This record gives sequence, structure tokens and C-alpha cells, in this order.
Amino acid sequence: MEFAEKIKHFLDWLLGPVTFFLFSVIGFGAMIAFRGWWTRTPVALSLFGLSVVVFLLSMTDAQFRVIIEKPDNIPIVIMLCSIGFLLWLAFRKMAINDGLIEQGLPTIEARESKKRVMCWPDLIYSEFLIAILVTIALLWWAIEIKAPLEEPANPAVTPNPSKAPWYFLGLQEMLVYYDPWLAGVVFPTLIIGGLQAIPYIDMNTKGNGYFTFKERPFAITVYLFGFIVLWVLLIMLGTFLRGPNWSFFGFFEYWDIHKLTSLNNVNLSEYFWNTWLGMPLPENIFLRELPGFAVVIFYFAALPPILANTVFKRFFIECGFIRYNVMANLFLFMAALPIKMALRWLFNLKYIVGIPEWFFNI
Amino acid sequence: MASTTPPTRTANAQLTRRSFLESVSTGWFIFTAACIAGLSATARFFFPNDLFEPPTRFKIGLPENYAPNSVDENWKAKYRIWVVRDGEKIVILNATCTHLGCTPNWLLTEGKFKCPCHGSGFYRDGINFEGPAPRPLERFKLSLAADGQIEVDKSRKYQKELGQWNDPDSFLKIS
Repeated sequence: MEFAEKIKHFLDWLLGPVTFFLFSVIGFGAMIAFRGWWTRTPVALSLFGLSVVVFLLSMTDAQFRVIIEKPDNIPIVIMLCSIGFLLWLAFRKMAINDGLIEQGLPTIEARESKKRVMCWPDLIYSEFLIAILVTIALLWWAIEIKAPLEEPANPAVTPNPSKAPWYFLGLQEMLVYYDPWLAGVVFPTLIIGGLQAIPYIDMNTKGNGYFTFKERPFAITVYLFGFIVLWVLLIMLGTFLRGPNWSFFGFFEYWDIHKLTSLNNVNLSEYFWNTWLGMPLPENIFLRELPGFAVVIFYFAALPPILANTVFKRFFIECGFIRYNVMANLFLFMAALPIKMALRWLFNLKYIVGIPEWFFNI
Repeated sequence: MASTTPPTRTANAQLTRRSFLESVSTGWFIFTAACIAGLSATARFFFPNDLFEPPTRFKIGLPENYAPNSVDENWKAKYRIWVVRDGEKIVILNATCTHLGCTPNWLLTEGKFKCPCHGSGFYRDGINFEGPAPRPLERFKLSLAADGQIEVDKSRKYQKELGQWNDPDSFLKIS
């Protein structure tokens, strides 16, 4: 029992904000780097079996069961499982196809597209069967698991913790780090607009209609980082790891409303003038926020040309000036979220530019 | 027998230029009238007969009822305010988080207000110190009424970042 408690404590530590995000990023890199190894069926099955065993052992923990069995959270468990499966499927095909392309052989999809199946019975039959199974499952779900209804809304009482619908938990997590006008308006607009802009930015004609990683490493890595790390994992973080008072709690940690976390947040202006220069904050707002403006302007104005001359050199030549700048700015906006999260967690940095007088904070 | 052939479309139509214009104008008139009626009904919807709004000016009892160095939560459900008293000063805090408008909770043991939505934290005087809230909680106007009770006026608010907390109406000195 002692040993189990130690493992739980270790896992809770692993699920702290900094470690969780750090290991998510490391795991993401490992998923891409070792795609040829972990997608092989015996390895993938072992990993799956291991996670099932860990899950079942965790279900013996009362706190874990409370979080997992919440009616709100069951779809998220299902979603995580299906995303794991789809990632495996895609990476498996990528790994196989990359090998086939290297040998000059046709890809899986090129071979499969020559095959034909009958609409009846092959397609309709399986569709019909799946429709029946899904109907049964949904009926069972609707009858067995009750909808989490609460008392009538009251403006004086906010449930603690107050969580957005599960698909918005990534946005809610963004709102912890950025001002509402950024995290609630600018970033969602850029996410939608940026996704729509991908076909116009992407100059790579390869990878059309078949899975491949080696032919589009940048596109797949950036997209999956945004989707898996910055969306799915943030939903998971918001669902399972955020408890009362929006504090972090590990899977096995009791949701203590009095959990103490020191979060004395400091603006960049206070760091710059008070801590580094040992001066009081200047009266003039622009002078006070000068370091923050300098950082933001450097980030969005100076970084694209610097990147164009270094790591993105090839993109800049391929894409041309306008297309490259759209791409680089979208990329920088996406990178701004994990950067700010890390700054908040490591240095308690609140706002880079903080002008509460005008509701303008970055 | 040629006269008994079924009437064709042109033979059936009594539609002259005049009657066409008449029916079109009638139809257009009815459509416009319906639109105006619908829009006025929508506009009327914005002015309900009864508003369930708590009064903005109300009395909250004698200053002596509030213990020194305490946060009083008794009016939170009704008026969404906290009555905060330190040594000799009483202030009224607006129980609305300055981040996105949730209602924070007063945590007595920690001595802070904590918002359940994104984790913003405020000291007892309303100053933000943790989480994303960009500015301190707002304060409301308060004064002593003729009967010795504290009277709160929620229509006037005082924001620290605008330097309004020095306004003598934003706090009540107790001798």
C-alpha cells in the first residue's frame, strides 16, 4: 500500500502544471521521433495494455474514480481513447508509407485505391450494423448515466470550480494566461482564420491523399502540436487537473478548497523597474510599459525576418514575402500561448504589457 | 366541339396590368405592416413590464454590526456585495471578478477572495494579486443615513487603477 501511495504521489507531481506541460511536449516530440518504433503492433499493443492496467489500478483510488465517473467527463475519456487510436493509425501508415516511398514502391493508399467493394452488401451492411450498435450504446448511456443538472442559476453563486463545456476548456485555460480580448476574441479568430489560410500558405504539393511524414514534417508537426498539445491536452488539463478555485490538482489528490498555491503574479513592468532597476514605477503609462511594448514589438516585428534568415530560410524562398509573413505571424501567435504559460508557471509573470487603466493587457 | 376544349392558361387568367399591380401592392403593404408589427413587438420586448432588479440604493444596518477586520458575506446573495471593515474604515466591494465577471468566494482561512472561474485572487481590500484579473475589485459608494444605518449606492463605483479609492465617498470612517 505504501508503494501504491508513493506512485500516486509521483503521478500527482508529474501532473503539476510545469511537469505536465514539459512532459507533454517531450512526449509529443518522442511520438514523432520514434514513430517507426511505437506504432509497430506489438509495441502499440503493449503500450495500450499498460495504459489499461494503469487505468484499472487507478480506478481503485476513490478520488480518481470521482473525477473519471463524472457524467461530464465520460465523453472526454472516450475522446482521449479515440484520439490515441487515430494517432496510432495515422502514424502507423506514415511510417509504413515513408518506407515504401523510400524504396520507390506505391503507398498503401495507392494500392488500396485499386481495390473495389460492392455497395451492397459490403458497405450498407456494415453501416447498418454500426448504426444499430451506436443507437444501442447511446440509449444505454442516456438511461444509465444521468444528466448532471444543477439548481437554477444564481448570479451571486458561481459553482466552484466553474468549468466551460468540455470543448471550450482549452479556451478557458487560455483565459488564465491572456486578457479576455486576446484569449476570447483575437486568438479564436486567428485559430479559425489560420486554419482556413493553411491551403493558401502551404506550398508543399506532396502528401495529397496518402499518409506521409517525411514529405511534410513541418506541416504535420506544427498542426499536431496545435491540435494535440494546445487543444486536446488543454481540454484534458481543464477537465481532470483543474479543481476548486481553478487550482491544479493531480489525479489522486483530494479537491481541497483550501489548497494553498502561491501565485503572486507580477507584471513585466514591475520586474523591470522595481526588481532590476530598483526604481518606483514611472507615472507615465507608456514609459512604464516600455519594456513590455519592446518585447511584443520585437516578437512580432523582428522575429519573422530573423527566422527568415535562419531556420525558415527555405520557407521564405519558397513562399515569398507576403505568404511567409502570414505564416510566420500565425506561427508566432500559436507559440505565444505555450510561451506565456511557461512564463506564468516559472516566473509568475502576469502581463507583458499591463495597462489596466485602458483594459489593455498582453 | 372546339369551344369545349379545356381552358388554357391564357384563357383562364383574368390578370390585367391593373389587377396585377393592385394585388402586388396589397401584398407588399401587408408584408410591410407585418414587418413593422413584428419589429415593434421585438422593440417592446426590450422594455418588460416588470424588472427583477434589486434596488441600487439600500441600507445595510449600523456600522457597529460589522466586526473590525472582517469580511461580511450576508449581503452577497441579495445585493452581490461584500462589506469589508478593517480598523476604522468600512468599504463596500463589488462581488464581481474584474476578469470575466464570475462571483468570487471569500476564503476566510486564507484571507483572500478567490474566483472559481480562472483562479483570480484578491486581498481583503480588493487588490488583485494572483490569477489573470487585471485590476482590483470595484468599490461602491456608501454613506451614513439619518437613522445611523449605512446606505450603499451601487450606481456609483470607484476603481483603484483610476485613483478613485481616495474619494471620501468610497469609504466610511468610523470614529
